[in-house]
Amino acid sequence: MASHDANDQSSLAAWQDPTAKPYVRIAGVSRHFGEVHALNDVSLDIYQGEFFSLLGGSGCGKSTLLRLLAGLDTPTKGRIWIDGVDVTDIPAYRRPVNMMFQSYALFPHMSVEANVEFGLRQEKMPKAERGERVSEMLDLLHIGDLRKRRPDQLSGGQRQRVALARSLAKHPKLLLLDEPLGALDKKLRTHTQFELVKLQERIGITFVTVTHDQEEAMTMSSRIAVMDAGQIIQVDTPGAIYEYPNSRMVASFIGSVNLFEGKVFGREDNDILIAGDDYLVMRLRCLQPLSLGTPVTVAVRPEKMRLCPECQGPGDNRVTGRVEDIAYLGNVSIFHVRVSPSQVVTMTLANMQPRTEQMLTWDQEVTMTWSPVCGVVLTE
Amino acid sequence: MTQTAAGEGEVGFPAPIHGDRRLRRWLGSRWQPGRWVNIGLPYFWLLLFFFLPFVIVFQISLAEPQIAQPPYTALTEWVDEAVLQVRLNLGNYALVVEDELYRAAFLNSLWVGLVSTLGCLLIGYPMAYAIATAPERWRVPLLMMIILPFWTSFLIRVYAWIGILKGNGLLNNFLLALGLIDEPLTILHTQTAVYIGVVYSYLPFMVLPLYANLSRLDMTLLEAAADLGCRPWRAFLRVTLPLSLPGILAGSLLVFIPVVGEFVIPDLLGGPDSLMVGRMLWTEFFSNKDWPLASALALVLLALLVVPFVALQRWQSRLEEER
Repeated sequence: MASHDANDQSSLAAWQDPTAKPYVRIAGVSRHFGEVHALNDVSLDIYQGEFFSLLGGSGCGKSTLLRLLAGLDTPTKGRIWIDGVDVTDIPAYRRPVNMMFQSYALFPHMSVEANVEFGLRQEKMPKAERGERVSEMLDLLHIGDLRKRRPDQLSGGQRQRVALARSLAKHPKLLLLDEPLGALDKKLRTHTQFELVKLQERIGITFVTVTHDQEEAMTMSSRIAVMDAGQIIQVDTPGAIYEYPNSRMVASFIGSVNLFEGKVFGREDNDILIAGDDYLVMRLRCLQPLSLGTPVTVAVRPEKMRLCPECQGPGDNRVTGRVEDIAYLGNVSIFHVRVSPSQVVTMTLANMQPRTEQMLTWDQEVTMTWSPVCGVVLTE
Repeated sequence: MTQTAAGEGEVGFPAPIHGDRRLRRWLGSRWQPGRWVNIGLPYFWLLLFFFLPFVIVFQISLAEPQIAQPPYTALTEWVDEAVLQVRLNLGNYALVVEDELYRAAFLNSLWVGLVSTLGCLLIGYPMAYAIATAPERWRVPLLMMIILPFWTSFLIRVYAWIGILKGNGLLNNFLLALGLIDEPLTILHTQTAVYIGVVYSYLPFMVLPLYANLSRLDMTLLEAAADLGCRPWRAFLRVTLPLSLPGILAGSLLVFIPVVGEFVIPDLLGGPDSLMVGRMLWTEFFSNKDWPLASALALVLLALLVVPFVALQRWQSRLEEER
């Protein structure tokens, strides 16, 4: 989000400030189901006001972690603090945390109003105040006219709003969202993503969401934790995760990427030289000290690739191949270029001219180029 | 470019498929003899085995008893071979409604039905809940254990209770051996024995519909309730219980209706004071040979049971509508 980036530049973000106290602290948490290790020694700090996403494929442990935060499950090992309080042994019904369930879990025998009011009743809030809060929540999510309806009389999008209103009604310290947009169709999803972020900025509650959709995570989050096989692989801002993935797993999970294998064979100032297959020599910006002969992987995003005659700077890398496939997506075209019998490189080009005038065709020989700062050197 | 053209071609001619479907639908609504058999068979069944017997019983209830074969008078009679005389005797109904004994029997039957239904509910609900929430591989064996008693004859199972409950039966000997009591308890031939026998016999009819209902309960609803600050017990009262109401109703009707007319259990386990309509019916039919009175009793019982049943059914369908 633009606003997040602005924050990053003007002042230090909470996670960059060494004196900031984490709002949620997950310390060495494991959860084993018999032989299955759903979570393995996970540690994570989340700061107040963040929109934090747990991103990963199915079975990576992201939902388990969310359930541990909600108190619907207890960790096999490790502790969890929320706002300075150790909540590890506090049951769900006494935690200052609310969750929006993936299936929404709306009570089918209650009206929208009663669903939203449910949590407030448990708090023994006085009736007048309850009514006020319910109205406030329904207005916040623009569902005031659905008050008397029952969940099965609502559309998917309306149910999502009711579920959100219900989980926000108690003004929780932390709102957990399990695949909040998973059940919506694509168009509604995109619209709701922005709305959710605006809502979060307005009410200032810390959000932790679980998603398998990297685009969704990129759009909404202040920070993302990429998870795999019960562990957190990388935690960073969407931009940093995309531009500087720390592993092959993260690089290929977020967006698409071209990976070149190679070995370090030299260094020039801030760049290292890497020898790839087929006499390919690559030059990449890398401040990390790497000894000669270290096997590395170079990750280059398809949109960072350019066609050769254009904008070729000094020291740019180049690779030659034959166009195998062209996918025309309207705004961009995706080219699959075979550079060696075993490797196909993907290149995305913006369609700046009408398609009929484009020069690239099938079987054409092309040379692609990318600058040393546009690739990432991965050692894992 | 070529792909787009082909796509348009397909969109251009949808008519034949559409027309064909319409023709088939038209034929389908008129030309399905199987459909009439499908609808007709159950109606024929109901007509033959429910409506006709009902009419016969109703007709007997309006007759008078006589010592002959059959033991009741005919409703119609030819007078002088020209006039058809119809004689309806409403006295049986008047007797059933006015007589203290019958009224007491009806009230007692309804009371036994009510108490037994509550008993079945109190025992059956936790059982059904436990089975519905048990691990998948345990459910079928546990359900089998509920159904298993049906493999033995109902009569034999009730007789077995005599062996358990009688003065020097299993229960008394067990309690004596434990030293909990000094002399045998009198359970057999009391109202308590009737309740024990009825609750035991009808428990499966409560457990099975409740299980069917509770096993469909979405457990994330309970998690949502807990997340919103509900302690487990309150979550049960506010979520599980209201959602299982249809199962409770179905189970209660399956227990209440047959228990009110129950004859075998009060006869075998109950004492002389277990006054129930089922026993009255039996006595009137077989001891007193008063078929018309017995028929009237049966019909009043039917009316007593049908009215609450229909009311509940209405209420339930209104609940469904509201949802």
